[in-house]
Amino acid sequence: MAILPITYLSSSTKVMSSWRTSKPVIDYSKCTRCAICWKFCPDVAIDLVVDPNLNAPSERFRVLEAPSIDYDHCKGCGICGTECPFGAIEMVREEI
Amino acid sequence: MPITIPREEYMQKGHTACAGCGATLSMRYVLKGMGPKTAVTVPACCWSVIPGEFPYTALDVPLLYTTFASAGASISGLREGLDSQGKEDYNVVAFAGDGGTADIGLQGLSAAMERGHNVLYIMYDNEAYMNTGIQRSGSTPYGAWTTTTPVGLKRDYKREKKKYVADLMMAQNVPYVATATVAYPEDLERKISTAKSIKGPKFIQILSPCPPGWYYNSADTIKVSRLAVETRVFPLYEFKNGKLTLFKPAKKPNITEYLSLQGRFGHLKEDEIKEVEAAVAERWESLLRKEQN
Repeated sequence: MAILPITYLSSSTKVMSSWRTSKPVIDYSKCTRCAICWKFCPDVAIDLVVDPNLNAPSERFRVLEAPSIDYDHCKGCGICGTECPFGAIEMVREEI
Repeated sequence: MPITIPREEYMQKGHTACAGCGATLSMRYVLKGMGPKTAVTVPACCWSVIPGEFPYTALDVPLLYTTFASAGASISGLREGLDSQGKEDYNVVAFAGDGGTADIGLQGLSAAMERGHNVLYIMYDNEAYMNTGIQRSGSTPYGAWTTTTPVGLKRDYKREKKKYVADLMMAQNVPYVATATVAYPEDLERKISTAKSIKGPKFIQILSPCPPGWYYNSADTIKVSRLAVETRVFPLYEFKNGKLTLFKPAKKPNITEYLSLQGRFGHLKEDEIKEVEAAVAERWESLLRKEQN
């Protein structure tokens, strides 16, 4: 039988949060669920989830998929904050 | 707004790229476009450290590390090996930086394209040898600061113009040549899907902004990438069946908006900015002429 090299671990098991100096915080009352932040995240740290309990600009947005930040893998580059067309993402300085 | 980009992620979280890296976004969209039946070859470049140290890997597809000069040779070998096993439905992709493409790997690339293997060669262009510490490459633009073209008192910035590898590939009549950038992910993903549907050699050059190398705030990666296209510094085009299609952006911001965001152009004086502007305009005109012919 052939020997298959399967000795690898997915990098998603690593925690990268110590790289961050500021963290993005989403204000869901401004978020229109456009997913632009999801598109431009280089760390794949934004997931799209349906959560009716999240705040929304109006009722019809509640059923849509909303971005949720994975703070274990976000490196705090701030691209989502710059690209959000509605100013719904604010970069907050990390404190120890 | 419906999402037209595939949802599946083949590049995982937890990779070791710098914050705001453009090359990781390029890889993310390339793999979204190519799908799971893909083998990726990486020569020495930033992506040879981004997947993480052994035993970690950030990609869900097979990844082969190769030497600096042999990205082109390795995809040729992989392709022929897979074909001889009857695995013709697998895609073979080389993911090389600009040093491994424009300078060191150029002969391997040119030979692989000439032999006509069914492969896709991606050049992610961060405009210098970023992995080893920002040394100038053939793809570094005119006027840029790098560690081997330090400005200093002699104003020793890069005096040579950028080498356009995509133009070289057009001259070689590669069946599909395109340029793309990370600010337009739908366009990038569409170009990858188009390349996937074509049998034969394909070449795509992706401008991938680099926050530490270009000296800008990591939050501005997409902004810089978009400005590069809008100011015509990095024209987006597609070359298919011998026909060139050039993307003409609606807005034309002043070139200083692009240059002033980046510290590597911070030393340029007004007359030097004019020179950069003239070179950009000249290239744009020559591409327009090529499109009409």
